[in-house]
Amino acid sequence: METLNLTRAYETGKGFIEQVEAESGVKVKACYQCGKCTAGCPVAFAMDYTPRQIIRMMQLGLKEEVLKSKTIWLCVHCETCYTRCPKEIELAKLMETLRMEAKKAGYVGEKEVDLFSDLFLKSVENHGRVHEMGLVIGFNLLSMQPFKDAGLGPIMMQKGKIHIMPSNIKGKAAVKRIFEKTRQMGGGSK
Amino acid sequence: MKYAYYPGCSLNATGIEYNISSKAVASYFGVELKEIDDWNCCGASAAHNTNHWLSLALPARNLAIAEKEGLDIAVPCAACYSRLKGAQVAVKESAAAKETIKDIIEMDYQGSGEVLSMVDVVHQGIGLERLKEGVKLPLEGLKVASYYGCLLVRPKKLAMDDQENPMKMDEIMASIGAEPVDWAYKVECCGAGHSTQKTPVGFKMINDILRNAKLSGANCIVSACPLCMLNLDMRQKDLKQDNGENYNLPVFYFTELVGMAVGYTPEEMGVPKHFTNAITLLLEKNLHPAGRRGA
Amino acid sequence: MKRIGVFVCHCGTNIAATVDCPGVAKASLDFPNVVHAEDYKYMCSEPGQDVIRKAIKEHNLDGVVVSACSPRMHETTFRKTLESVGMNPFLLECANIREHCSWVHPDKVKGTVKAISLSRLSAAKVALNQELTKSTISIEKRALVIGGGIAGIQAALDIADNGFKVDIVEREPSIGGKMAQIDKTFPTLDCSACILTPKMVDAAGHENIELITYSEIEKVEGYVGNFDVTIRKKARSIDMKKCTGCGICWEKCPKKLPSEFELGLGERKAIYTPFPQAIPNKPVIDRENCRFFSSGKCKVCQKVCATGAVDFDQQDEFETRRYGAIVVATGFELFDHGVYGEYGYGKYPDVITGLHFERLVNASGPTGGKIKRPSDGKIPKNVVFIKCVGSRDEAKGKPYCSKTCCMYTAKHAILVSEKIPDGKPYVFYMDVRTPGKDYDEFYTRTHNKYGAEYIRGRVSRIYQQGDKLMVRGEDTLLGKQVEIEADLVVLATAMVSNSDSAELARTVGFSYDAHGFYTEAHPKLRPVETHTAGVFLAGACQGPKDIPESVAQASGAAVKATGLLSKTLMATDPMVSFVNTQVCYGCGMCVPVCPYKAIELVDLEERVHGKTKRRLVSSVNQSLCQGCGACTVACRPGAINLKGFTNEQILAEVDAICL
Repeated sequence: METLNLTRAYETGKGFIEQVEAESGVKVKACYQCGKCTAGCPVAFAMDYTPRQIIRMMQLGLKEEVLKSKTIWLCVHCETCYTRCPKEIELAKLMETLRMEAKKAGYVGEKEVDLFSDLFLKSVENHGRVHEMGLVIGFNLLSMQPFKDAGLGPIMMQKGKIHIMPSNIKGKAAVKRIFEKTRQMGGGSK
Repeated sequence: MKYAYYPGCSLNATGIEYNISSKAVASYFGVELKEIDDWNCCGASAAHNTNHWLSLALPARNLAIAEKEGLDIAVPCAACYSRLKGAQVAVKESAAAKETIKDIIEMDYQGSGEVLSMVDVVHQGIGLERLKEGVKLPLEGLKVASYYGCLLVRPKKLAMDDQENPMKMDEIMASIGAEPVDWAYKVECCGAGHSTQKTPVGFKMINDILRNAKLSGANCIVSACPLCMLNLDMRQKDLKQDNGENYNLPVFYFTELVGMAVGYTPEEMGVPKHFTNAITLLLEKNLHPAGRRGA
Repeated sequence: MKRIGVFVCHCGTNIAATVDCPGVAKASLDFPNVVHAEDYKYMCSEPGQDVIRKAIKEHNLDGVVVSACSPRMHETTFRKTLESVGMNPFLLECANIREHCSWVHPDKVKGTVKAISLSRLSAAKVALNQELTKSTISIEKRALVIGGGIAGIQAALDIADNGFKVDIVEREPSIGGKMAQIDKTFPTLDCSACILTPKMVDAAGHENIELITYSEIEKVEGYVGNFDVTIRKKARSIDMKKCTGCGICWEKCPKKLPSEFELGLGERKAIYTPFPQAIPNKPVIDRENCRFFSSGKCKVCQKVCATGAVDFDQQDEFETRRYGAIVVATGFELFDHGVYGEYGYGKYPDVITGLHFERLVNASGPTGGKIKRPSDGKIPKNVVFIKCVGSRDEAKGKPYCSKTCCMYTAKHAILVSEKIPDGKPYVFYMDVRTPGKDYDEFYTRTHNKYGAEYIRGRVSRIYQQGDKLMVRGEDTLLGKQVEIEADLVVLATAMVSNSDSAELARTVGFSYDAHGFYTEAHPKLRPVETHTAGVFLAGACQGPKDIPESVAQASGAAVKATGLLSKTLMATDPMVSFVNTQVCYGCGMCVPVCPYKAIELVDLEERVHGKTKRRLVSSVNQSLCQGCGACTVACRPGAINLKGFTNEQILAEVDAICL
């Protein structure tokens, strides 16, 4: 395990902390690393860095490590951390912002999670509502698991729980304009 | 009583039972649910993970349409509830946010009109007393673990019940004759989309909930969210108890049970559409009309 | 015509670096009424003071301006300088050209201009200064100690040993406080009651101490040296002169209820003493729960009492006494962990506080000293301790650290290891704070010798699973989530102020902070005094602290009180308000505005056009007045003025710099 040169880390990470704090509104510097967030996180078991460690890395300016992590993609935004944090740090909001920053920087720690999200939004942009069947099929194909949950398909169709054709809303164009405008405005926060 | 009704994308698809039973319960108690005209997807988790303004604008469009009729909005799906309420609160709290959102959706929206979860429509709008009076078939024998999930109780600003030990669904269950069970996983996350996009992770989270429900002595679970329902119900067959056996723990939408208590059949509520067989339990407890007809 | 001297200090380079001191002195000669000005390197030194003395004599000065550091530093020094050459010490003004000028402005040119303005301001004020004389008040030679815990007892013993009479007013039926509930004390593991009870006995037996138990402070009027305190002696329903403390009444009483002393883990009767070593060892009747008082039946206690001491008709008594000094030692309470939903909202019987644990482990406690689970009475094996519950928690609790929990949790962990053969203590911590003598060695023994497992991380959730309590935390040193199946969970809850601490402070008349703890006069240098003259603090009511600190503070407060009581007369600050009765028309606006209750309306008899007329005017009690000036703001006709800071003086200052 290599020694971490904090002086250099501070220099390279300078500005990153302030930028993320400003965008997310989360006061990263207030965290005193008590670990209550990680203790209650239902997904921490699957993460490479615990939620608390992500904040620690943020505090030290370790920009690359944070943006390359899987943690920020695995967070389900259940907000258990924020609900119990004694310093009221909106950790889930921080994860959101980091995820958007990571994507901008070209780091996607969990490709399937990103893929699902993108396909979901594409479906909404095209139809105004999510076409669940299209989403699942697209996801399966693009994540190279074409037969995942294949058995469920016919059952769901029989129960009327999934439709082959998407339904478009009348205001579909209005929704598309919302997407275009917000894309122009950039990720941002607050 | 009249509400604007926001079903959300799942309610016509994987959450169809929730749609059917919510509407049935509302109609029984004289509550009019007027579906928001030409509603769009609220954006769910995908939007707020991708673009902050998108996550507010998508739900705001629906709220703006409802505002034209001056109605409060009833929302069955917990995620949709969280997104819609979040947008309403954002607009009410900040004039700057309001202007930006109005600009994006190209509609006027002032933030009036309360956003209510379907749980509150039943608990507060209809009320426990009227609920009790309307019961024709008390659901005795059902030991219910009320599963609230995350988005009804977190974050605090949008919570519609206590954050660590919510009781509204438990009280609804008690009012219709079922026995609500005290258990520890009421508000533990089910993993949401992970069951599809990161299956092993999602499965572990679902399994923990099912295990605790079983340990607490419940014989069924109720939910107020189509994704939680999908996870607990559809994925149950892929999960086994510690001893290798199936869970056999039926999961209902709380409105399905309310509907049955006031006289609708399970078929009318959509129960046969569940993945985990729920009919057997109802027959066992003498709560299924077929069984009762024979008696 | 006034003759004012201006003396400008260099303060080494503190002032001279950014202010041209000789220049300021030179400019001062142009001020109205200034006849002499000079500058010197260190005005507060002996030679510096000699400069002033010499100038006063040579130039016949009747007003002195010292342009130097803050008056808080050396106003007293320079007043003594004036006094030493026979000049009234209040003919002095200090212009602060250091903290208010040289220390905050780096530009020497602009700084000098400002220093000249400040000096001109002071010269204009001192021209209107009057000769003031300190007045004196008498001191009642009796002290009041509010609170009969270890701090109160210690303070009372020290005052009494110094030869003065002391009353201890305690609201519970017995003195002893929290220390009576504790089992062992860190770091020696001395038995708490064994070291407390001798002091309790001493206090009870001391010829100078009077114990007034089961009583509360109803009203406090007056001022330092002369506090008139009304005490409400609550009805015990027992004639204390007749009762022998034999105990038959509480033995025979049929009504059982949860004991407050045992925190609900044990029972007491409706007629009871809180614990066996209670002093006075005489009972009280809890009228709310007594069968006779609620339903008219029973009276068993009266029947079995051999001396006829039970008196159902007894009423609360009020007595007013005068005291010279008051020591407040009212102690603390524990934070209610029921706000933590993640820990079960206080509904799990096996999730208890540190004080509950003390009762369990105490040999005279509800379980005879055996650590048993409150739920089923079984001996626990895995005992999990969680620190900082309610402390260091801005979200749901208090932001501060409660100081004592790290040590008492270590103590509890040791007791688990000692008393339970295969007991395993776990301690979840954020930090371990051991700032006392032998404290860190104690903590080291806890995890080295006694096998306590210390896990760094906070606990997110406790829930019941079967008969175990599942505790979920993170080991932050390892970076992993951890889970413990606990049999018993002990929460180190925050020390908080009493729920009625603010009310008592308002009754007596001193300040408290945002958390309800009592405010000391200076956080570093005056920890046992309040800003109210004659009122002193001791113990945890001032802030979380442990026993040795409470005792030290108690002795400190006792010395302050004794110092006050040993004076025959006390000098008071002459900068007080005074009323011009010719302008005052008795509207009374000043009365409620005064935070020290120093003003009252009195009758004034005057001869007007040959007739005797009476009217109301305000009158200031000069001993109570602290010179805050609030009354001068409230007074519409400007009848009330503050000596040393009159309206005219302040306006002169304004004119000096603005015109």
